[in-house]
Amino acid sequence: MLTPWLSWICALLLIAGLYGGLIYAPPDYQQGESFRIIYVHVPSAWMSMFVYVLMATAGGVGLIWHIKIAEVFAKSCAPLGASFTFLALATGSLWGKPMWGTWWVWDARLTSELILLFLYLGYMALQSAFDDRRVAARASAVLALVGLINIPIIHYSVEWWSTLHQGATVTKLDAPSIHIDMLIPLLIMALAFKLYFFTIVLIRSRTEILEYECNSKWVSDLLNETEVSK
Amino acid sequence: MVVQEFFHMGGYAFYVWTSYALTAVVLIFNVVQPLIRKRKSKRDLIMRLRRNLR
Repeated sequence: MLTPWLSWICALLLIAGLYGGLIYAPPDYQQGESFRIIYVHVPSAWMSMFVYVLMATAGGVGLIWHIKIAEVFAKSCAPLGASFTFLALATGSLWGKPMWGTWWVWDARLTSELILLFLYLGYMALQSAFDDRRVAARASAVLALVGLINIPIIHYSVEWWSTLHQGATVTKLDAPSIHIDMLIPLLIMALAFKLYFFTIVLIRSRTEILEYECNSKWVSDLLNETEVSK
Repeated sequence: MVVQEFFHMGGYAFYVWTSYALTAVVLIFNVVQPLIRKRKSKRDLIMRLRRNLR
C-alpha cells in the first residue's frame, strides 16, 4: 500500500535533512552552531499549526456532512499534533536558554504555542470522555474549530507584539532572509516531517477504522481470509 | 579533530544534542505506539471472531 513508500521517502529525506542541517550548513554568524536547533524546531512548529488546521478542517467536515472517515482522520491527527507542539516548545526552550539567557518567557509567541498544546490535550481528553465515538467526534470538532482562532494569533504574534522570538525568516512574502545553504536543509526537514505525519496518521486511521467497524462484515471477511481460519 | 568539533557544536553541544535527542525520542515513540496498538486491536478482533465461530 502507500505507507511503505511514504516511510522510505521520509527516512531518506530525514537523513538528507540531518546531513544538510548538522554538517553541510555553515554556522550562523550571530548564533554560531546553536542555530542548528532550527532544523528540528521550525519543522515541528510548522507542523504543530499545519496539523491543527488539518484536524479542525477534518473535524468540521465530519461535523457538517457526517463523514466517518473525516472524524477518524481528525482523531488520529491529535496525538501527532500534540507531539509536534511539545517538540516546538521544548526545542525552543533549549534554544532560548543559550540565546536569550532564559528557558521561558511569557511572551506572545511562546504563550500562544503553549495554548495550542493545551488545545490538543483538551481535544484528546474530550475524545476519550465519551463512549460513543460519534458524539466524541462531534464535541471535539467544535472545540477544534473554536481553537482555530489561535493559529493566526501564533503566526502573527511576532508582528503584533514585541517579543523575544525572532520574526519570520521564511514564510513571508518577499524573499526569505536566510542563506540558501541553510534554507535547503530546513525545507528538506520540513518535507520529511510532513511525510512522517502522513505515514503515521494513515496507520493510526486504519487501526481506528478497524476498531470502529469491528462489527461490520468486511472486517470479519478481511480477517477471516488471513488469520481466523488458521 | 573534526569529529570532536562536530560533537562539541561550538560549545552548544548540550542544547543542540538534547534537542535532537528529544526529537528522536518523540518521533520514534509516535511510530512504535500506533504499531503496537494496530497489532493489539487486530489480535483482539481475531480472538473475538474465533469466539463467535464456535
